[in-house]
Amino acid sequence: MELEAAKMIGAGLATIALAGIGAGLGNVFGSYLTGAMRNPAAADKQRPTMMLAFALVEATGLFALLIAFLILFG
Amino acid sequence: MASPIEQFNVDKYIELEVAGVDVSFTILSMLMVLVTLALTVFFLGGTRKSQLVPSRWQLVVEMSYTFIANLVKENVGREGKSYFPFVFTLFFFILGLNLAGMIPYSFTVTSHLAFNLAIAMFVFLGVTVIGFVKHGFGYLKLFLPSGVPGWMMPLVVVIEIISYFIRPISLSVRLFANMMAGHIMMKVFAGFIISMGAAGVVGAVAAIAPFTINVLLTGLEILIAFLQAYVFAILTCIYLNDAMHPSH
Repeated sequence: MELEAAKMIGAGLATIALAGIGAGLGNVFGSYLTGAMRNPAAADKQRPTMMLAFALVEATGLFALLIAFLILFG
Repeated sequence: MASPIEQFNVDKYIELEVAGVDVSFTILSMLMVLVTLALTVFFLGGTRKSQLVPSRWQLVVEMSYTFIANLVKENVGREGKSYFPFVFTLFFFILGLNLAGMIPYSFTVTSHLAFNLAIAMFVFLGVTVIGFVKHGFGYLKLFLPSGVPGWMMPLVVVIEIISYFIRPISLSVRLFANMMAGHIMMKVFAGFIISMGAAGVVGAVAAIAPFTINVLLTGLEILIAFLQAYVFAILTCIYLNDAMHPSH
């Protein structure tokens, strides 16, 4: 019973990683927007790079989800 | 109601066992065959009657060719040209499987770690072999970045080695987690619609909210399907670039 409770708490704690992911995603889009506002001509060329960064950051968040699943069902 | 992870169950169509190893023809195998057939028809059909002024179908095929060709040229350089067919196949196979998972009642092959890890290990081992064949033991210079002060060398080398061997895991888990999480999320919101709709008129009206979210999520998932195939291809290119030019 206590193990079950500890697992639940652990899975909840694993979601703290979302704080970092939120900051990271905000940084990706914010920095892109800042750059795009300063030099709109160069913005289009950098969009794929931004999307790549978005995908990489998002995947990091999903690693936390994976850990939560491993704790709950592993 | 079915649980959100029930969609990942592997159905066996033809049960087979060779020397104690389960080699059944499953829904995974069937989707891989179907996607390969669809891609073959798409690319062969588009280039069957090539014209100087392309038809719409031919245009799409040519655009996908230039897209990957540019990707390889920008990330690997001139020497990467011989690996273009591999990256092209990899990108469109993963993209096809991701998109096939978006068809209702279908199945997402890339949401199974076994499949992703097999592909990622193939890329990792291939890149390592290419690096050693091209540069011999000079490939180990990859672990010695230039411009690092001497006293930091031991630490940097250890970190570089760990980050090198974690590549196949991060490559496969990234794709796996994205596809799995997205499909679970869609099923959870679909479950909300059913349970809210069963709770009377007020619930049925309120169920419009999760339905809207689900429509938006479908769009997001199609974007993610493209993005993750793109990320897989571009990371393969970056690893190939490391194998071509190890001293960075």
